[in-house]
Amino acid sequence: MMKSIKHIVLLMLLAIPLGAYSSETEAVAGEAEDVAGENEAASGDAEATPEDGLDMDEYLFGHIGDSYEWHITTVNVKPVSIPLPIIVRSKTSGWHVFSSHRLEEGGEHEGFFISQEEKYNGKVVERADDGTLLRPLDLSMTKNVLGLMINCTIIVLLVLGTARWYRRHDVLREAPRGLAGIMEMLIVMVEDDIIKEGVGKDYKRYSPYLLTAFFFIFINNLMGIVPFFPGGANITGNIAITLVLAVCTFLAVNLFGNKHYWKDILWPDVPVFLKAPLPLMPLIEIIGMFTKPFSLMIRLFANIMAGHCMLLGVVAVIFITAKMGPVINGSLSVIAVFFGVFMDILECLVAFLQAYVFTMLSAVFIGMSRQEAEPEHNK
Amino acid sequence: MLSAIVLQAAAGAALGKAGIAIAAALAAFAGAFGISKIGKATMDASARQPESAYGYRLTAIIIAALVEGASLFAILVCLLALNK
Repeated sequence: MMKSIKHIVLLMLLAIPLGAYSSETEAVAGEAEDVAGENEAASGDAEATPEDGLDMDEYLFGHIGDSYEWHITTVNVKPVSIPLPIIVRSKTSGWHVFSSHRLEEGGEHEGFFISQEEKYNGKVVERADDGTLLRPLDLSMTKNVLGLMINCTIIVLLVLGTARWYRRHDVLREAPRGLAGIMEMLIVMVEDDIIKEGVGKDYKRYSPYLLTAFFFIFINNLMGIVPFFPGGANITGNIAITLVLAVCTFLAVNLFGNKHYWKDILWPDVPVFLKAPLPLMPLIEIIGMFTKPFSLMIRLFANIMAGHCMLLGVVAVIFITAKMGPVINGSLSVIAVFFGVFMDILECLVAFLQAYVFTMLSAVFIGMSRQEAEPEHNK
Repeated sequence: MLSAIVLQAAAGAALGKAGIAIAAALAAFAGAFGISKIGKATMDASARQPESAYGYRLTAIIIAALVEGASLFAILVCLLALNK
């Protein structure tokens, strides 16, 4: 149990500074549409339609991207959001920690403001003496970071709660029920179908990492579908997070590969002209070493981000047709609600499936790096 | 001569965006085509041997996820090109 705690804490610590460097940040400084009551209360809940219709770019990227505050809803044109701490270290003036409320709607505090220009758009910057924008070292707790912390707390509670049941009951005498029951079902499925078959002989060494990856991706995907706080942060749809997961798999595969694995990459069993004057096959193998985790990263990122975009688009139909009269708006709202519910259920399936596929491919890559050499014949 | 006029008119309009939209549609079509082939094979195999239908269904879902990954690569590139 201590080992799994160590792994979870390590993953959480890794995620915090990398979350601060997430790409596609669009500062949601108090505007944008509200989609909190996504399916049931959609038409009646949202106020504050801007004068000239829905700004699709702002709406879409505001929900998918990272931001310095967690925007919950908008009541009578005033946004209600959770202010998050901004932690920056400038080269000239050292550390600054302050609430992001001070920077909303273009405000400036202690020399820092959110850039509205093309360069560093949406990020905290300060102005140097000659007028250029300088980006300080930014370790702020953004929406993604807080979302990661909440989700990792949920994972830790789930797993430790399950372990507690197993400490108090003899599993050979009674079957687990409730939380321990459902977690046992998931863990046994992942262990038997994915890890044992994928990794092979020494699967026990890699079980902690692979199970952690599975539950991390699964819980984060599911929490991304929930439309209200504490869910709704687009975490696995952020390429920085999936990059970290892919790097973890890359390290797990290559740091522990055995001699046969490296021999297959650097001096494979192919005709000599493919490897001697120009190392063609070794080059292709080394590129393959990088493309496999790269495809893991892109697959998870694109699936989850595309799912969120589709869900947001379906709900946006209601707002876009708001100006077109009650008949069109009403009928399209009903269609949007049903289609939205269907898309939500599909996203639940995609959440589980992407976690399953990531874990399965990681297990297979790890297994391929630990394979023994086949017995030689026809030499 | 007609094609030259059409080309000039199209260059004025956003030909780049039209190209991106066509590429996204092709990516969606390619993904749907690949996954429907998997579906057909799964149906045929399950009809031949119903007792292994569970195994076929699991394999089909996994392979569909991998094929969808490829189609989403293309969609991602379209999104990036659209926002440039």
